[in-house]
Amino acid sequence: MKTLLGLLFAALVTAGLVSGCGEREQVVVYKQGKYQGKPDTKPWDDDPASALYTTSKWTPGDKKGWEAALTARNQSQNEYTRAE
Amino acid sequence: MARMKFLCDAERCIECNGCVTACKQENEVPWGVNRRRVVTINDGVPGERSISVACMHCSDAPCMAVCPVDCFYRTEEGVVLHDKDLCIGCGYCFYACPFGAPQFPQAGAFGLRGKMDKCTFCAGGPEKDNSPEEYAKYGSNRLAQGKLPACAEMCSTKALLGGDSDIISGIYRERVLKRGKGSEVWGWGTAYGKPDNPQARPPQGAKS
Repeated sequence: MKTLLGLLFAALVTAGLVSGCGEREQVVVYKQGKYQGKPDTKPWDDDPASALYTTSKWTPGDKKGWEAALTARNQSQNEYTRAE
Repeated sequence: MARMKFLCDAERCIECNGCVTACKQENEVPWGVNRRRVVTINDGVPGERSISVACMHCSDAPCMAVCPVDCFYRTEEGVVLHDKDLCIGCGYCFYACPFGAPQFPQAGAFGLRGKMDKCTFCAGGPEKDNSPEEYAKYGSNRLAQGKLPACAEMCSTKALLGGDSDIISGIYRERVLKRGKGSEVWGWGTAYGKPDNPQARPPQGAKS
């Protein structure tokens, strides 16, 4: 019994000593399409009507609608399509 | 939607600093902090080129890797943002950034270095979107208003393109094909050189 307790104690001490030796990943790896990090509200959760002078329209929470609005707005940077 | 990116066309940039002014005005950036600036290479020499530089919101952002307090994060749209409540103003990100994007306001009697400030792709920060708190710390959140960064939208020659990478690279491709030169995009490889999925292969067979 005494030997068992001794072994258990030795195991605990060893575990305690090496617990600081673990290495965890410190570099943040970004995964496409996965949100990563701090709590932040999504841009499509907002009501576009609350913004001044915006031309974009979508219903709050509608990600596809927001993306479509931004895609349309993005095209205004293409003067080839604007001029035609 | 793909990732949000910036693309500066050196063939078109006329060094007007309209993007710098737009950024300053939109975000009320303090004196001494330049989230965006125009850099001219070979200034005064025939064939000089100008480029507008700010945070490129890199695919594998070095600032995120070196930050000791892990204050950076990336949104679903690929915009690299940071939390000023966590930032300790150590300046590691400034040394890591290949574009010199992180800025530090100098304040106080001893020129104390404040919390880092950088381009947010007009996407604000962790605070509630378009709230006064968010505006005070990070400036305008135009993405949440369905707009694109003020610098790109205000660019008079459309040298600076900002937005969804598929769309802006498409615009640029069409432009290069029409003019027949200037296909090099400064900083693009440094910022976005590493693919998101290195194992991905182009589809075989007919072109899409």
